[in-house]
Amino acid sequence: MKKKSWIRKNLFANAWSSLATIVFAVLVVAYLPGLLNWMVVQAVFGPNVDACQAARGTGACWGVIAEKWRLIVFGRYPHLEQWRPALATVLLLGLLFASCVRKFWTLWLVPAWIVVWVVFFWLMHGGLGLSVVPTDQWGGLPLTIMLSTIAIAGAFPLSIFVALGRRSKLPAIRTLCTVYIELVRGVPLVSILFMASFLFPLFMPVGKSPDVLIRVIVGLILFWAAYLAETVRGGLQAIPKGQLEAAASVGLGYWQTQRKVVLPQALAIVVPAVVNTFIAIFKDTSLVTIVSLYELTGALSIALNSDANWRPFKIEGYLFIAALYFTFCFAMSRYSLWVEKQVHHG
Amino acid sequence: MAEPIILFEKVNKWFDGFHVLKDIDLQVAAGERIVICGPSGSGKSTLIRCVNRLEEHQEGRLVVDGVELGDDVKAIEQVRRNVGMVFQQFNLFPHMTVLENLTLAPVYVARKPKAEAEANAMKQLERVRIAEQAHKYPLQLSGGQQQRVAIARALCLTPHIMLFDEPTSALDPEMINEVLEVMIELAGQGMTMVCVTHEMGFAKAVADRVIFMDAGQIVEQAPPEEFFSNPKSDRTKDFLSKILGH
Amino acid sequence: MRRPSARKRWSWRSQAFRGLLWQVVAVLLVGFAVWFLAHNTLENMRARGIQSGFDFLKGPAGFDIGESLIPYDALDPYWKAFLVGILNTLRVAIIGIGVATLFGTLLGIGRFSANAIVRGLCYAYTETFRNVPILLQLLFWYLVFTEVLPPVAEPVSVGPFLLSKAGFSFPWWVEGRWSVPAPGAFSMEGGASATPEFMAVLMGLVFYTSAFIGEIVRAGIAAVPKGQVEAASALGLPRGLQVRKVILPQALRVIIPPLTSQYLNITKNSSLAVAIGYPDVVSIANTSLNNTGRAVECISIIMLVYLVTSLSTALFMNWYNKRVAIQER
Ligand SMILES: Nc1ncnc2c1ncn2[C@@H]1O[C@H](COP(=O)(O)OP(=O)(O)OP(=O)(O)O)[C@@H](O)[C@H]1O
Ligand SMILES: [Mg+2]
Repeated sequence: MKKKSWIRKNLFANAWSSLATIVFAVLVVAYLPGLLNWMVVQAVFGPNVDACQAARGTGACWGVIAEKWRLIVFGRYPHLEQWRPALATVLLLGLLFASCVRKFWTLWLVPAWIVVWVVFFWLMHGGLGLSVVPTDQWGGLPLTIMLSTIAIAGAFPLSIFVALGRRSKLPAIRTLCTVYIELVRGVPLVSILFMASFLFPLFMPVGKSPDVLIRVIVGLILFWAAYLAETVRGGLQAIPKGQLEAAASVGLGYWQTQRKVVLPQALAIVVPAVVNTFIAIFKDTSLVTIVSLYELTGALSIALNSDANWRPFKIEGYLFIAALYFTFCFAMSRYSLWVEKQVHHG
Repeated sequence: MAEPIILFEKVNKWFDGFHVLKDIDLQVAAGERIVICGPSGSGKSTLIRCVNRLEEHQEGRLVVDGVELGDDVKAIEQVRRNVGMVFQQFNLFPHMTVLENLTLAPVYVARKPKAEAEANAMKQLERVRIAEQAHKYPLQLSGGQQQRVAIARALCLTPHIMLFDEPTSALDPEMINEVLEVMIELAGQGMTMVCVTHEMGFAKAVADRVIFMDAGQIVEQAPPEEFFSNPKSDRTKDFLSKILGH
Repeated sequence: MRRPSARKRWSWRSQAFRGLLWQVVAVLLVGFAVWFLAHNTLENMRARGIQSGFDFLKGPAGFDIGESLIPYDALDPYWKAFLVGILNTLRVAIIGIGVATLFGTLLGIGRFSANAIVRGLCYAYTETFRNVPILLQLLFWYLVFTEVLPPVAEPVSVGPFLLSKAGFSFPWWVEGRWSVPAPGAFSMEGGASATPEFMAVLMGLVFYTSAFIGEIVRAGIAAVPKGQVEAASALGLPRGLQVRKVILPQALRVIIPPLTSQYLNITKNSSLAVAIGYPDVVSIANTSLNNTGRAVECISIIMLVYLVTSLSTALFMNWYNKRVAIQER
C-alpha cells in the first residue's frame, strides 16, 4: 500500500511528472541494454590485446587496466620498488584520516605529521639502505596524494597568517595581504605552474634552481594559501566582537587573543570549507601534468601513448581514473557534510 | 580627598565626526561605588570602556589607578590587569570550560602557576556561588549563571576596579536578582565599582553616587537619595519619570 | 565638527610606534624578497644571454593559429597573435558561461522536481561531474572527438546538427539565408562548425561548472523561506508562476555572489585549453614563450589578461551588489 502511494506521489503526481517518468522508461529500454552490452557483456576483462582489438566498437576493453594499472597508478616508479610509494601513501592517508577525527585534534598531530613526512620522503626517495629513486620518476596516485596533501599542509598555516593580516588594523600589512590574495585569486593555476616551471629557475641565484617538484610544491602552496585565507577569514568574521573585547579586558595581547580565543573558534567553524578546498586541491593537482609531472592523469598518458597496441583504449583508462578521483572526492565531500552537521549540533 | 582612583579631566572623544564624550570631568575615589544612567546612545558605555581603553579618548587626561592612559602599551597592560569588566552579553569564551575561562588570564597574562590559578578560580566561583559548574561549558549554563561566571572571571585577576556595562539587561527577569545579589555582596566588600545600569533599586541600595549622562555630557551627579528625590535638571527629571513612571 | 587627532607621545612603548615597526618590518621583508627575485632574474638573464622587453611583440609571430575570430596569418606580429588568443579565451568563456548557466539552472530546479527520477538524475549528475577533475573531463571530450566520433564523411546527426571528427556543425545564417551543413570531401560544407578543440574545452567547462551552478541554484532556492511558497500557493499561483515570480527573484540574491565566482572560474579554467591545443591566450603565450624564450614577458601577459578580467568583474559585482542593497530599503 505504502509503496503504491509513494509511486503515485513521486512518479505520476501530474501530467509533467508522468511524462518524465515515461520518457525515462523509454530511454532506459532503448539504451540501457546497449550500454550494459558495451560495459559488461561484450567487454574484455583480461589483459588480452587481440580480444580487445576484436571487441573494438562493441565492447569495452577493461583489459587495458588489468594490463597497465601499475603504470597508471605508480607512473614511472621502478616496478620492483613500487611497494614503497604504496606503503608511503597508505601511511599518509592514514594520518590524513586520523587528522580529520576530532578525538585526535591535539598538539601530538604536529610531531606525527613531521614523522610521517620524513618517512614518506625516505620511502619515496630512498637512501639509508633503499635504492635512490630520483623525483622525475615519481608519479601516479602517490604523487597526486602527496602533492595535494603537502599543498594543504603548507597552505593552511600560511593562510591563517594572511587572513589575520587582511583583518589587521595596520594599513600596510592589510594592504600587502589583500593584494596578495586578490592577485593570486585573479589568475589561473596554470599560470602559477608556468611560473614555477619557467620563471622560478630565473628567480633563484644563478645555478641554484631547486628540483621542479619542489618548485611546483611552492607554487601550489602559495596559490592555495590565498584561497584558504579567504575561507579562514570567513571564520574569523563569524567571531563576535565581544569575544575580542572580553579578551582585551582581561589583558590578553594580540597574539594571545588570536591563539587562545579567536582561532580555536574560527577554525572549528571553517573545517567543512577547508575539506571542500582540499577536494578542489586534490582535483586540481591534475594540472601539474601540464608542466610534466606525471601524476595520475599524466601517468595514464605515459602508460598508453607509448604503446600502440593499447593506445586505442584510452577512453577506458580515462573512465578508470575518473572513477578513482570520484571515489576519493565523493568520500571527502560526504565527510565534509558530516562535519558540518557536527559543527551545527555542537 | 585622597588621590582619586579614576580621574577624567576634560576628556573628549569622537567617533569619526560624531562627538560622543564632551568635556567629561569625573573623579572616583577608591572604594567608591558609582552608578551611571542615561538614555540610550548618551555615551555611557563609551565612557566606561575608556577606563580600560577598549575605546581611546582623543583629548583630555584619563588616569586610572595611578597610570595615565595614552598610547603606551605597558600602561594599557597594567590598567587592564587592575580593572575587571563585565559585559551586557557576558562574552564568555564558548570553547572553554568555566574553569578554563577563569584561569586563562591568570596563567597567560599574570603568569601564575596553573594550580594556583585554578585554586583561586574555584575561590572566585564560590564567591559567586557557582562552584559546582566549574567543568561545564558556558553555553550549558543559564544566562544568570553565565553572568556570574563572567563576574568571577573578572575577579580572578584581583582587580582594584570593577566595571559593569548593563550586566542585567540581557537577562530574563527571574535571573536578574541572582546577579544583583552577587554585585551587592561585592560592593559590601569595598570594591571600587563603576556600573552602568538602569536597576534603580540597585542604585539606591549600594551607590555612593549616581551619575546621569545625556548626549555625551555628565548632566548631573548626586548621592542616590538626593538624585531620586530632588533631581535638579529637567533632562534628569524627564528621564527619571520615564523609567520610574510605570 | 572638529576631530583632533590624539596627541601621541612617541616612545618605543607606544602603540603607534609598535604598529609602525610591524609595518616597516613587513614592507622591508616584502621589498627585500622582490628585490632578491628581481636581482636574481637579471643576473640569470645576463648569464644565459636572455633578452628582455616587450619589443618582440612587434616582430612576426611565425606560427599559424588553428582558429581565429579576426584575420590572422603567420606573418602577423606577436601582439596580433596574443589578441587572437585573448579573443578565443573570451569566446569560449562567454559561450561557456551562457550554456553552463542555462544548464545549471535547470539542474538546480530539477532537484525540487515532483518526479523522483528527475530529482535523482540531477543529483547523480551533480555529484558525478563535480567530483572528477575538469582537466580529465576536457581530455576525455577531446578524445571522444578525435577518436570515438566517426570521420567527416559519415557524421552522427541529430536533425541538422552533425557531430564528427571535424567537430560540431550546425546550420548558420550565411549570405542572407540559412545554410545547412553537409559532409564534404575533407570537411563539412555549409553551415558553421566548431572545432573539436573548441568543443572539448567548451564541453569540459560546461559539464563541470554546471554541476557547481546547479548546486548553487539548489541552495539558493532552498534558502527561500517555506512561508513564501505557501503564501504563493495560498494565492492560487500555479507552480510555474510560483517559481518565476516568487522563488527565483528571492533566490537570486543568495545565488548571485557565488555564481559570479563560478563565472570567474570558467574564465580561469579556460586556460586548460593549453592541454589540448585550443589556441586560447595561454596556448599562444606558451608557444610564444617556446619560440622567443621571453618567459617573464609571456607569463606576465597571461596574468595581466586574467587579472584585468577578474578585477573588473569584481568591481562590477561590488557596484551591482550595492545597487541591489539600496533597492532593498
Ligand atoms: N564604534 C563606534 N563607531 C561609531 N559610533 C559609535 C561606536 N560606538 C558607539 N557609537 C555611537 O556613540 C554613541 C554612544 O554610544 P554608547 O554605546 O556609549 O551609548 P550608551 O549610552 O551605552 O547607549 P545604550 O544604553 O544603548 O547602551 C551612540 O550614538 C552610538 O551610536
Ligand atoms: Mg551601552
